[in-house]
Amino acid sequence: MFRIALKIESGLRYVGWLVLLICFAFFNSPVRAAATDVFAGQVGSLRISGGTAHIPVMKEVAKLIMEAHPDIRISVAGGGSGLGIKQVGEGLVDIGNSGRKPTDNEMQKYGLVLHRWALDGVAVIVHRDNRVQVLTRSRLQDIYSGRLRNWRDLGGVDKEITVFTRDQGSGTRKVFWKKALRKEVTTNKALVVASNGAMKSGVAHNPYAIGYVSIGFLDKSLAAVALDGVMPSLETVQNGEYPVVRGLYSNTKGEVQGLTKSFIDFLFSPSGRKIISDKGLIPAAR
Amino acid sequence: MKRSVRVGRPLVLAATAVGSLLTLAIFAFMMMLGRPLFSDHSLNLLLTQAWAPDRGLYGIFPFICGTLSLVGLSLLIAFPLSLGNAILIHLLAPRRLARFLHQTIKLMTGVPTVVYGFVGIFFLVPLIREWFFRGSGMCILSASLLLAMLISPTMILVFLESFAAIPTAHIRALEALGGTRRQKLVHVILPGAKTGIITGLLLALGRALGDTMIALMVAGNATAAPESVLDSVRTLTAHIALVMAADFDSMEFKTIFACGIILYLWTALLTLSLRYIHYNSTKLSHDQTF
Repeated sequence: MFRIALKIESGLRYVGWLVLLICFAFFNSPVRAAATDVFAGQVGSLRISGGTAHIPVMKEVAKLIMEAHPDIRISVAGGGSGLGIKQVGEGLVDIGNSGRKPTDNEMQKYGLVLHRWALDGVAVIVHRDNRVQVLTRSRLQDIYSGRLRNWRDLGGVDKEITVFTRDQGSGTRKVFWKKALRKEVTTNKALVVASNGAMKSGVAHNPYAIGYVSIGFLDKSLAAVALDGVMPSLETVQNGEYPVVRGLYSNTKGEVQGLTKSFIDFLFSPSGRKIISDKGLIPAAR
Repeated sequence: MKRSVRVGRPLVLAATAVGSLLTLAIFAFMMMLGRPLFSDHSLNLLLTQAWAPDRGLYGIFPFICGTLSLVGLSLLIAFPLSLGNAILIHLLAPRRLARFLHQTIKLMTGVPTVVYGFVGIFFLVPLIREWFFRGSGMCILSASLLLAMLISPTMILVFLESFAAIPTAHIRALEALGGTRRQKLVHVILPGAKTGIITGLLLALGRALGDTMIALMVAGNATAAPESVLDSVRTLTAHIALVMAADFDSMEFKTIFACGIILYLWTALLTLSLRYIHYNSTKLSHDQTF
């Protein structure tokens, strides 16, 4: 009796291990592979460039696909929205990212197709030691126009404000200028950087700086500024409370096909959407 | 004629022809694409106006000022340093130290400028910001200090070469007359190496004019014309890098061809003056020998 019980128990344990193994097999690799399954059997390379707010998501997706399918090469470069649109239009890359809608002129000239896969907010940022972490939009206009030059006037330290802005081709700049500055002209004393990453490190290393980045770039190295009383975050962007919001686009020349299509489709798949929200952005429906 | 010469000469000629044609083609290309600037906007306005696209002003005057002040200050810093360094290595330092310095400087010529830019952002910019109590630290001063570091090795090596080319007979003669080291430097080495010193200076100037990364990363790229060394500036090269992403048909984009043409002409002028100096000096030495 006892021996039989023991046998059953060891048998059960056996079954238990088996179940566990099967679970592992199901929940680990096949599920992950299932997400990138559409890439099975595809070979070739995919070139992506443009908007710098897109880069964290693009890199993660590219890594996932290339790990599962070593025959696929995906290169991700920056350069800014303007460059992305230009390069995809000229056929230099397969996907050109932009943080703004291409202009009518650009769309017509190149025959672009837009894929808006995420919603993004543009957050005003200051150094994390800065006491001034709340601003109204009209105050922000004063700072960016150069009318207000010292942090003292805002309740901060007695230091000149270092204003950071972005280059001509930046989609982030365009949205910020339109929705946060309400088309106020930026002072020509403002420092100009060429990417979201450069903006982040520029402001994080200067205690008297103010700048703006995609909310995907916010972290503990910076302080985000509440604009008109609203803190920029996933929730406030999603529910429409935060005013400075834009779509993130991946543009292709003509209708997508092949590897490019699979890549774009992946951004709208459940795993793609998860990566997008992991990177601090809001996945958008097709 | 030897076979290698028979085959080699046309090959070398072809390579030279392609090389020089390409250079000319680049110039023609820039002139062509920049043409609207010369017709719609008078060139004069372009060269003297401020940069304010919102008011319809597309002048690159501030960037010309920016480039010249940055390059000027960096030469001002780098020239005495380099001359002193070359003299130290050639004349004053013990042989071991001299060799060590010489090797280090050779190594420095290979450092990519983006590395200087990177070090500048994290190390120099905060220092300058705290020391001078105003500005952001991303300014002419920071960028010129880094640029001086970039161009010094070129200058030092050219200076050293010209020091070494001074005829030993002249030095022996001075030593035989009982001349001191100071006299050797002031009366033989420096006058003898005059051409080399000017050549080194011009080469360094060319390198400083053409550098993009240091200015782009450290000088701040503000579009205002600078008023002090603590102001941020944009150089012509940085302007090209920053505006490249703008819409092809926009005026902003077209200005980069004006920047390109100016840089091209400056470099051409430098090369021509180097040639002229070289030509004169070889003529001179021929006259002396014969």
